[in-house]
Order: sequence, then C-alpha cells, then structure tokens
Amino acid sequence: MRRNVVVSVLALALTVFMGVSVAAAGEVEVLHWWTSGGEARSVAVLKDLLEKEGHTWKDFAVAGGGGDTAMTVLRSRAVAGNPPTAAQVKGPQIQQWGDEGVLADLSGVAKAEKWDEILPKVVADVMKYKGKYVAVPVNVHRINWMWVNPEVFRKAGAKVPNTWAEFEEAAGKIRAAGFIPVAFGGQDWQESTVFESIVIGVGGADFYRKAMVQADPAALSSPTMVKAFERLRSIKKYTDKNAPGRDWNLATAMVIKGEAGMQFMGDWAKGEFTAAGKTPGVDYLALPFPETSEYFLFNVDSFIMFKQKDKGARDAQDAMARLILQPKFQEVFNINKGSIPVRLGMARGPFDEPAQRSMSDFVATAASGGLVPSMAHEMAVFPEIRGAIFDVVTNFYNSDMSPAEAAKKLAAEVKAAR
Amino acid sequence: MPLRARGTGVGLADRLQAYLPRIVLSPTIAAAAVFIYGFILWTIWISMTNSGLLPRYELAGFVQYVKLFASDRWWVASRNLAVFGGLFVTFCIIFGLLLAILLDQRIRVEGALRTLYLYPMALSFIVTGTAWRWILNPGLGLERLVRQAGLESFTFDWLVNSKMSIYTVVIAGVWQSTGFVMALFLAGLRSIDDAVIRAAQVDGASLPRIYARIIVPTMRPVFFSAVIILTHIAIKSFDLVMVLTGGGPGYSSDLPATFMYTFAFTRNRLGFGAASAVMMFMAVMAIIIPYLYSELRVRRDG
Repeated sequence: MRRNVVVSVLALALTVFMGVSVAAAGEVEVLHWWTSGGEARSVAVLKDLLEKEGHTWKDFAVAGGGGDTAMTVLRSRAVAGNPPTAAQVKGPQIQQWGDEGVLADLSGVAKAEKWDEILPKVVADVMKYKGKYVAVPVNVHRINWMWVNPEVFRKAGAKVPNTWAEFEEAAGKIRAAGFIPVAFGGQDWQESTVFESIVIGVGGADFYRKAMVQADPAALSSPTMVKAFERLRSIKKYTDKNAPGRDWNLATAMVIKGEAGMQFMGDWAKGEFTAAGKTPGVDYLALPFPETSEYFLFNVDSFIMFKQKDKGARDAQDAMARLILQPKFQEVFNINKGSIPVRLGMARGPFDEPAQRSMSDFVATAASGGLVPSMAHEMAVFPEIRGAIFDVVTNFYNSDMSPAEAAKKLAAEVKAAR
Repeated sequence: MPLRARGTGVGLADRLQAYLPRIVLSPTIAAAAVFIYGFILWTIWISMTNSGLLPRYELAGFVQYVKLFASDRWWVASRNLAVFGGLFVTFCIIFGLLLAILLDQRIRVEGALRTLYLYPMALSFIVTGTAWRWILNPGLGLERLVRQAGLESFTFDWLVNSKMSIYTVVIAGVWQSTGFVMALFLAGLRSIDDAVIRAAQVDGASLPRIYARIIVPTMRPVFFSAVIILTHIAIKSFDLVMVLTGGGPGYSSDLPATFMYTFAFTRNRLGFGAASAVMMFMAVMAIIIPYLYSELRVRRDG
C-alpha cells in the first residue's frame, strides 16, 4: 500500500516536472450485476488485471432484476452528480446516457488499441456516441440458437429441423411420441426472444433491421410480420400448458432431462448443459434457430464510462477500457461466461464447439450483413419501444388475438411509445 | 409544581416543557414534509413533463396522461384492480366476520385457533405469493395432487390462464388478510355489552337473529375500518402479483402498482410512470378523503 502511494507521488512529480503524461494509480468503481458463480469469476479476472497495474477496483455489484435494480441505483447516482467510473449499460441506452452529457471520451485508448480494426463495425457503432467511443464491449452472446436433445428426437423418429416445415414435422412426431416438443418459458422477454428469431427467419436481415431496429411502422404492420406472428402462434401448440411464468433455465432443464425435445434460447443456455455435465454434440446439439443459419442476432454486454475529474481515476479508467479488449481478458472472461469474444481474430482453440461455431458465424455474418442487434436483449431499440413490442408480443401469445390484428397493434403501440 | 417554587430556573424549564412536544415531533414532521408531501408534489410535476431516462423539469402539459388513457395495458391494470379490489375486500370481510363469529362462541383453545388464523398476516406477501404459486401451478400443486388421487379430468389452471389469473391473486390475498379482518371483528364483538345480548335472548330472539339484527349492525365502525385498510392494501398491492404471476400470462394480471414500476424503472419512461402513480394517488385520495372527513366530523361532534 505504502509503495503504491510512493509510486503515485513519484509519478505525479514526474508528470509535473517533465510535462509528460505518466499513468497515475487510481480507483475504478464499477457498477455491474454479474453476481452469479461463473459471472462473478469472470469479473474477478478483470479486477486482478487492473490491480496488477497498480489500480484499485471498487466493486459496486447490484444483484437482481436482470439489471433493473442496478439501473435505478445508477440513475440516482447520476442525478446526484456522483456516477461510478464504469457501469454495465448496453445498446441504445448508451446513446441516452450520451445525451445526458456525462460520458467520458475514450478516443485515445481506442486509437492506441486500434478498436476500429478489432471490432466489427455494427458493434463499434453501438459503442460510439457522435462518432466517439464512450463504451467498451465485453462479450457477444448469440440469440438465435436451438438446443436439441438428440435422444428425444431419436425416440420419436424425428429429424433435427433446419426449415420451418421440418420443425413442424419434427415437433408433431415428438408430440405423438409423448414428449413435449418445445420447452418454453412464458415470460415476456423469452416470448420476444423466440419472436425475433422468427422475424429474421421469415423476413431476412434487411426486413429485421427495418422492423426491429428502425421500428418502421410499415414494416411492423406488413404481411411479413403477420406471417411471423402466425409462426409464433404455431409454436404454442407444441409447448406444455405450464409454460407461463417459467424461468428459462427450468425450460433448459426439461431438455436436459429428456422431457422436451428442444428449446429456443440464447447461448447462455449452454451453461446449464455444462453444469449438468453434458457434452456438446453427444448429449445435446446446439444449432441455429430454424431458417436463421446465415443470421446472427447479437447481444453485446458493455461498460459505459463516466467523465472523471481526477487524473488518477481517468488513468485507471483508460487502463480498464484497454484491458477489457485485450486477448487475455477476452479469452478467460468469455470461457467463464459462456459467451464469445467481441474482439475479432482470437485463437479458437480454447473454446468449446458451440462457441467455435458461434465465432465463425460472427465473422462470416459481420462480412455478409447478417449480423444484427437483438431487439429482445436491448441492443436494437430504446427500452420504451422494446417495452411496447414486448407488450404486443406477450399479449398476442397469451390471448386469441389474430396475427393480422397483432401486426396492426404492433405498429400502433410502437408509435405511441415514441 | 415543585419546579415553579425554584425561582429563576423555573421559566426555562417551563418553556422547555412547553416546547418539548414540538421539538420531539419536528424531525418527524420535517421528514414527512419532504419525503411524503414533497415527493408527492415532485411526482405530480414529473408526470407533466417528458421525462425519460432521467427526470427533466420543463413542463409539457398532460401528454403523459393522454398516452396513459390510450394505453391498453393501463386499462387492463385498472380493470384488474377493480376486480381484485372488489373481490378481495368482499371475501376478506365475509370470511373474517364468519370466523370471528365462530370464534366468539366461547369455544375451547380459542387462543390457539385465533393465533392460527392470524398467522398468515405475519408472513410477507412474497412468501404467500411463492407458496401459492406452487400450490396453484397445474403441474406441481393442486391439479396434480387431485389427478394423482384418481380424478383424471380435474382441471385447475387459473394461474396459467390469462382470463383467470387475476383471481389467483384474489385467492392468495384473501388467504393472507382474512385473519387480520377476523381479529378486527373479534375485538368488535367482544366490545359489545353482554347485557344487550341477554336482553334479546330474554325476548326470545334466536342466535342467528341476534347476530343479524343486533350485533352486526352495531359493528358498523369496524366494517368501515376494515374496508379502508383492505382497500389501501389492494391499491398498493405489488409484491404479491410480482411473485405469484409476474403480471402474467402476458400482462393479464398487471395491477397499477406493477404497471407503474415497469414503465418508470425498466422502460425509461419516468414521466409516463409518474402519471400512472398520480392516478393511483387520486384513487387512494378518493377513498381516504371521505374517511378523514367523517373522522374529523365525529371528533367535532364529540
């Protein structure tokens, strides 16, 4: 401790006398909600790396509510003029915080570390406010996955589906064999997670961008959207009636235990299979959602950085931003978390098979234009619009509203939420 | 008196004594002024602005209210509150009164039974909600139990049925609060003069008739308190719904309180959430003001 002080005093003296910018030791206070086992281990890695560089890490973990609680705390800290150094905020909300004028400019680090080259442009754009980096991406989750129990498919004599017609056929066979075809969790975000995968499958990437990113009323009420709602409705008959309110991991457990044939969920579901001691390719299969193999719905977690008055804190903040995107942290963190690195060109070796496939698809879709932000996971639209879409989708799924009416309502509700 | 005899010190001590209640009360009053009344005014102000992620203070008129009244979900929440509030209050009073009357029959182990019925009140709504979620889950609780007992066609799926889910909230709420209402009525029953009842018995009135004509009508003030307390429990209900149904399936069991939380805190629509909070406040006021009015009038008469 004392040596740190001496070092920082010396560093400060050097800075003053030589007029050269030398890194001073500082503190980062990081607000996040990565508190569960694997996630907490992942965060600890970053903490260690920072402490090795002489900075101190002040943990500001707020558990619960998928980040809602943390956001409420962050809001009150920001209103009081005392925001933390960094906070786990993602997607378009970065722009909303940018509008408040409280975010730090990370252009220096970004240029030195060549962020523009190591990040896909779609992802980099999300991290920028008015052309300047204000946030650092940490990891990438893919949303449009299908998790399959091959044993159930074999018993039912069904083929693993690639297209919608094949899905209907397989689901019918599985049901006839006495299993639940689709393990489903009836919570609004899960319904919308499935729905957005359907939308990109039906309409393609351009349509998805119009409807779910730009929230264009014409696209939202189009016949393509009606077709997407029809498909969502047809999934319902392949689910069990206890689905409403079920947590996603309980639905995954149904696939693991062989009660259900498949689940549509992002790649965090892999953690459940791993924890149950299952081997990918043998005990379970991870495949793209039917008809979406050339698309990649991404969910990127990121930290926004707040303006700091103190030089030490600024240096610590820059160090944190730099370390997050370095290969070492990217690898360790993402293996722990079950996601894939956001940094391109990483070694594939240490990752498991589904992650490797995800990494190849990430690169391929970034080039082809099939890489699009997930609406359900706060990457595409402002929370108020996302909320409006959630309301219509969940209301449609849980009532006997017609698909045409749902599409019309979708356009109307999104307009009202603006 | 002895203080007064001690000359100069007397004035100070006396004055202190006179001011003491005010000094002791002032922190509470200040806290109430800021944290209750101040924030009520703040919320009303915010509800008239375009606040999104963070509060903004430029007034924008009634836009948020216009949006609120055009929102399907708000009307679902309001209708649910009417259904839930109405049934919750009615059933709590019916069951509470019934239990109180039965307990009032000078039975043995009354103390133990009373505690037993009152016990749910000691639980938090979170616990009640979790327990009932398991009981009412078709694949886990009641339905499965009855089916395993041999009645294969038995169906009780209100929890996962969007048309019936709000009634499951009523069931859990009534279970939780009936004991409390029973205690209120029991106290009321005990305060009735035995002489009145004996006089009625001498006149040859049957027991049900005595209850219907004499005892229940004299408990009007107890009914009144029970209704007021239950209504405000109903309006501010949040945790029970959150845990029991999560507002679902869809948003079919949303209540205004859960609606407000969703919009203000998870969807960055502070102004819109504030508008719905103000509407809830108005609903509470519509009940509290007549109550206060009658209370204060009675005091003046006395």
